[in-house]
Amino acid sequence: MPPLTAPTAPHDLENQIRGFLAAHDPHTTARLDFLRARFDAGLAWLHYPPGLGGQSLPRGLQPAAERAFAEAGAPDNDPRRIGIGLGMAAPTILAYGTDEQKQRWLRPLWCGEEVWCQLFSEPGAGSDLAALATRAVRDSGDWVVNGQKVWTSMAHEARWAILVARTDPDVPKHQGLTYFVLDMTTPGVEVRPLRQLTGEAEFNEVFLTDVRIPDAHRLGAVGDGWRVAQTTLMNERVAIGGGATPREGGMIGMLAETWRTRPEVRDPASHDRLMQLWVAGEAARLTGQRLSAQLAAGQPGPEGSAAKYAFATLNQQVSGLELDLLGEEGLRYDDWTMRRPDTVDFVGRSPGYRYLRSKGNSIEGGTSEILLNIIAERVLGLPGEIRADKDVPWKDLPR
Amino acid sequence: MSDELLYSEPEEDLRAAVADLLATRAPWSAVLARTGTSEPYDADLWKALGAGIGAAGLVVPESLGGAGASLREAAVVAEELGKAVAPVPFLGNLTATALLLALRESGAGDAADEHLRRIATGEQTAAVAIPFSTPPDWTTIGSLSVTPWPPSAEVHEARLTGRVTSVADALPADVLVVPADGSIYVVPASEARREPVTSLDMTRVLCDIEFDDTPAELLTIGYEPLRLALLAAAAVLASEQLGLAERCLDLTVEYVKTRRQFGRAVGSYQGLKHRLAQLWVQIAQARAVARHAASATGDEQAIAVAVAQAHCSTVAVQAAEECVQMHGGIGFTWEHPAHLYLKRAKSASLALGGPSRHRRRLAELVNLPPSAPTR
Ligand SMILES: Cc1cc2nc3c(=O)[nH]c(=O)nc-3n(C[C@H](O)[C@H](O)[C@H](O)COP(=O)(O)OP(=O)(O)OC[C@H]3O[C@@H](n4cnc5c(N)ncnc54)[C@H](O)[C@@H]3O)c2cc1C
Repeated sequence: MPPLTAPTAPHDLENQIRGFLAAHDPHTTARLDFLRARFDAGLAWLHYPPGLGGQSLPRGLQPAAERAFAEAGAPDNDPRRIGIGLGMAAPTILAYGTDEQKQRWLRPLWCGEEVWCQLFSEPGAGSDLAALATRAVRDSGDWVVNGQKVWTSMAHEARWAILVARTDPDVPKHQGLTYFVLDMTTPGVEVRPLRQLTGEAEFNEVFLTDVRIPDAHRLGAVGDGWRVAQTTLMNERVAIGGGATPREGGMIGMLAETWRTRPEVRDPASHDRLMQLWVAGEAARLTGQRLSAQLAAGQPGPEGSAAKYAFATLNQQVSGLELDLLGEEGLRYDDWTMRRPDTVDFVGRSPGYRYLRSKGNSIEGGTSEILLNIIAERVLGLPGEIRADKDVPWKDLPR
Repeated sequence: MSDELLYSEPEEDLRAAVADLLATRAPWSAVLARTGTSEPYDADLWKALGAGIGAAGLVVPESLGGAGASLREAAVVAEELGKAVAPVPFLGNLTATALLLALRESGAGDAADEHLRRIATGEQTAAVAIPFSTPPDWTTIGSLSVTPWPPSAEVHEARLTGRVTSVADALPADVLVVPADGSIYVVPASEARREPVTSLDMTRVLCDIEFDDTPAELLTIGYEPLRLALLAAAAVLASEQLGLAERCLDLTVEYVKTRRQFGRAVGSYQGLKHRLAQLWVQIAQARAVARHAASATGDEQAIAVAVAQAHCSTVAVQAAEECVQMHGGIGFTWEHPAHLYLKRAKSASLALGGPSRHRRRLAELVNLPPSAPTR
């Protein structure tokens, strides 16, 4: 294992973890009990506030803490299973939730007791999320929701969803949105599998028919849904593209392993290509690490888009080269069976799977084109495209 | 000579016949539906195309009952098959045919003629038992052992033992032409054990072939005919890749014209528009190099084929990848044809050598050595 270059934990954090492990032997404590206790001790996500699983410490300390727990043989919260909760729902709840909402949702989210999904995209509103048509209408203390969502990863596993719906069609599209948390067990929620090109069905269509959401499950103000959703999206991009990984931690590691262990695949032209991608991987990794250090305080900005863009591009190039190197083996696939996976797995399984799954990386969480627009317009300040739809009431938009 | 880069009228007629057949018999929805079944190849379609339109015996001489056409016509058929990602063993059968034709030139005579005659009538479909990834300048001798050894031109009966992996178009074949230990044999397909492979390309399902003291007939000693056959196959594959790329571009252009986001057709954004225009330029070039590869003969053929493979493989993959990306979420689903093209394009780029291997070969052919000569 190459060394982690993240800052090492300060002495007292190390002591805390050691003390915690002494009091909760990972080998004899039940997994869920262990995770709950870790959350309650403020050793879950260190940068979260006290009482909500953290200690308001810098994010950069997290990898060292994870390493300490892993070395002690402690169970983890299976982050690949609950990525949407950890990466998207949680930071949004933290930023906009009431105390009561934070208390209710964050602990079972982090412990993996409750899986979350993201009900944003619709058939007519993908890149142009603000154009979405799912309606939420107030009915005394509840909201009644009708509409269709699509490409919803893990909806079949989820207990909760973050949902953006239109509460006011008479104002321009960005202004009439409101953000909710939906209990996926509510009557009127129907989840149907959508098979993807890898063979399995990791995502879904979700039909919402007269679904009742209590007003207490609204996140942020009525009509403020776009701003709340931005928090989710910015965090999504950081969650996908940022974060601290060890050297060769991503897909490049698998390619490097193939190269090292299989001399027969080597040739000089591919070697140069491999090294270009290795450098690109290292550059992306360090940029991601730098980004998470900058994030110590506050919410991620448009820079997260760069990390996610780089991640998608690199994964596609690396997995493409892996197949090229394998030649005959690359002609073979592992399994087309239609499954319902319980994790989002970017790198697992076979080289062919990696090649195909990585095609989604430049679509999910904002397409690469949209991310480049964000960088051009919000980072560089370049003028935007002419947008005829911005100031028109949503109900008057042509569709 | 520049007419060779165009299509002749008979070629356009042939194209129209194949396109018509595919439009009715192999719409992508039918191609997709077949992928999950135990019959990955469409036997009825192959019959209609091979025997009906005569694609199976296209390059077989008229004296043996074929159409006596050249690789140019075969390449036109391949273009259309690429557009439809049609599950028929055209390429494999063509490779075997080219091999038998080359054998004939080298004097293997009657045995080859008899097989060619049966291919021309559609009575039998042939495939070459060789990994689909094998480049034309292949130099190793393969994984099979032969008895008796060494082969002699007088003794035609032999027995083959061993395993050949990832063979294209052999599942629906009746007869296998088998390169083994430096010679070329023929084996009835039913005598060998063929196991389907879960293949990246779901529309050209590979198989592994097991020979176990399997009776075989010696056709010729030496691999030169194999090299010529693989060169022909690579030329025709380039046209298949061209067809695939064209269809991906068409599908994508159509979609981005109608799909609206932010109140506009997404095709109006320069970020997409320029990439599609670039793709069109690449495809126009692919057409020229593929036509040239299908026409070239003699020393020029090896160069033309290496150029065509290096270019068309890359363009097809790029077109399929753009097709997925520009369709957004829908392009990532099983229910949309984009993935059929992506899987075919990527697999085809690993077939018959792959672009990197062809560039290396080209460097030798045009005398551009990769490094200084060692003294
Ligand atoms: C694997 C996967 C998982 C997903 N999971 C979820 C999920 O859990 N929850 C959820 O809500 N959504 C999810 N999505 C949906 C994803 O967010 C959308 O697919 C994405 O935002 C694109 O929307 P679209 O599919 O409607 O494509 P469109 O927006 O229709 O885009 C089509 C093409 O046009 C381009 N384009 C659009 N606008 C512009 C522009 N202004 N300039 C240049 N190019 C443009 C796009 O980049 C794309 O290439 C997932 C998608 C995938 C592939």
